[in-house]
Amino acid sequence: MNRYISLYLLCSLFVISCNKKDDGVVDPGNGYVPTPMSLNIPPLFEEKLIDPLIPTDNPQTVEGVALGRKLFFDPILSADNTQACADCHSPQNAFTDERQFSIGIDGISGDRNSMPLFNIAWNFTEKFFWDGRAPNLEAQILEPVINPIEMHNTWENATASLQARNDYPDLFSKAFGTTTIDKTLVSKAIAQFLRTLISGNSKFDKHLANQASLTPSETNGLAIFLDETKGDCFHCHGNPNSPLWTDNVFHNNGLDEVITDLGLGDFTGDPRDFGLFKSPSLRNLAYTAPYMHDGRFATLDEVINHYSEGLMYSETIDPLMKTIAQGGVNLSEEDKADLKAFLLTLSDPEFINNPDFQDPN
Amino acid sequence: MKKIALLTVMAIVLISCNNDDDTVTITPVNVDFNFTHNWDGTAIANADFETTQYTNTASTVQTISKIVYLISDITFTAADGTVYDAGDYNLVNARQETGLTFTPNIQIPPGVYNVSFTFGFDDEDNIDGAYNDLNATSEGPWGVPMPLGGGYHYMRLEGKYLDDTSTEVGYAYHTVRANDMTMTPLLLQDTSFVVNLGQVTVGSNTNVEIKMNVAEWFNPWDLPALHAMLMPNFDAQVSMSQNGLDVFRLGTVTQ
Repeated sequence: MNRYISLYLLCSLFVISCNKKDDGVVDPGNGYVPTPMSLNIPPLFEEKLIDPLIPTDNPQTVEGVALGRKLFFDPILSADNTQACADCHSPQNAFTDERQFSIGIDGISGDRNSMPLFNIAWNFTEKFFWDGRAPNLEAQILEPVINPIEMHNTWENATASLQARNDYPDLFSKAFGTTTIDKTLVSKAIAQFLRTLISGNSKFDKHLANQASLTPSETNGLAIFLDETKGDCFHCHGNPNSPLWTDNVFHNNGLDEVITDLGLGDFTGDPRDFGLFKSPSLRNLAYTAPYMHDGRFATLDEVINHYSEGLMYSETIDPLMKTIAQGGVNLSEEDKADLKAFLLTLSDPEFINNPDFQDPN
Repeated sequence: MKKIALLTVMAIVLISCNNDDDTVTITPVNVDFNFTHNWDGTAIANADFETTQYTNTASTVQTISKIVYLISDITFTAADGTVYDAGDYNLVNARQETGLTFTPNIQIPPGVYNVSFTFGFDDEDNIDGAYNDLNATSEGPWGVPMPLGGGYHYMRLEGKYLDDTSTEVGYAYHTVRANDMTMTPLLLQDTSFVVNLGQVTVGSNTNVEIKMNVAEWFNPWDLPALHAMLMPNFDAQVSMSQNGLDVFRLGTVTQ
């Protein structure tokens, strides 16, 4: 019996010594370790996708997410304390802006539509913004604060403002083990919050889980979406096995004959990238109007009309844009209506109303 | 009974850990592969995508914007008939330069082998939605919609050609399992194929080049007639599969 106990103890020691700490949370050096927090991953994502991307130097923690959420909704990051991230990324709009162009603190309008924010941890291309200029989420977060037509602040000023508040030093201490606030920790906290913004409970998700049924119109709309001779939406926006509903890749989708906004090409300098923009997810279209990188289409009908008969040739147009001479594949009005009906089944009211994603301030 | 089982397990563990100095040890090795792309012998580099014009056997002038393809089941067959196959797969993206090197997850004894692989997935492996890393890749979703038979793409080869008015027209030469949606039930035909590279001597540090001659995909091919909507075109899929048989060659083998 004693031999068995010894063997058991030996095995236990072996297992313990081999244990990988999956949460990735490490002691920052002063003995304090924040509370690990797992992402709330929908079953379909678990079943169909590989693990989300969490940087090893920024693991999810309860304190980090709470701090990031507070910062996201707090106008303190802007130069005049009037504008928060959430002002242009509203929860009710799936974290985009219902305006075509957001307006910064100086009343200056941008020239691209605010991007919706959800399922960011599954952006396997790791390129952020419409033009892909940010190499990761933490880097993306650093930009709007100092963009002159957005929050128009400096990081020195923003962090000094946070440092001077009664509450923030303590919150940073709880999240990162230090009361010294810098832009890196601010971006890490907001990134942690943004990675919790997971949308995976639309009507179509429920349909896949046998908890909802599609109407005949929605069913036909899915068939059009998946038909290479009709919608052919799936090459860029996925299929029921790819629940992100985007490829997170950059395309010229035939919006303009003359390209004025270079998009990805403005960042890479490569003429082959001129006019390419990142495919957005088709989730939550019910809340994310207006559409396209420049918000030119006010309605989903306009978007479908564009692909059906509005395609314009330019040198970098994606080869997947078909029959350009005819403007597109010329869907029937019935097919357009059905396609729209299907697309709207990808909207997730639970996501935009999730209490964990609302303003905590 | 439990004690006997425990002793047996421990004995096996001890035996497997035993270093028998009296026997010759053959150390199994991994074999590395790298994938290169050319047009009739002229290498295709990143700078050639979308810019270099190629003329195919039908005299159609075309460019290439994308070459992404899946290979699976790299197989080593020894002279005595022993077969080694890790059963894994690799997605090659020539332009993004991902997947250009691949090491099958299997170690084999050094020696001479006939090496082969499957272009795409054969029907046994082409299971709809089964591979999470292919459902959402850095290239995008790699799946084939269920109305087209499900499973996964074999290849996405895209670009533009000049029509008879010298107007650029996009092409999407996508290879998948052939399917005929007009048939009920859906008619499917496995159009993946095995590429036999021939004999390779495997040593302790072997690297095998697999060369794709892109021109052979279009030998012959009527691009103006067959440039888009090829996934649901059963006959086109069969023809692409036949063209593919001449596409791959064994390149340089280094030790």
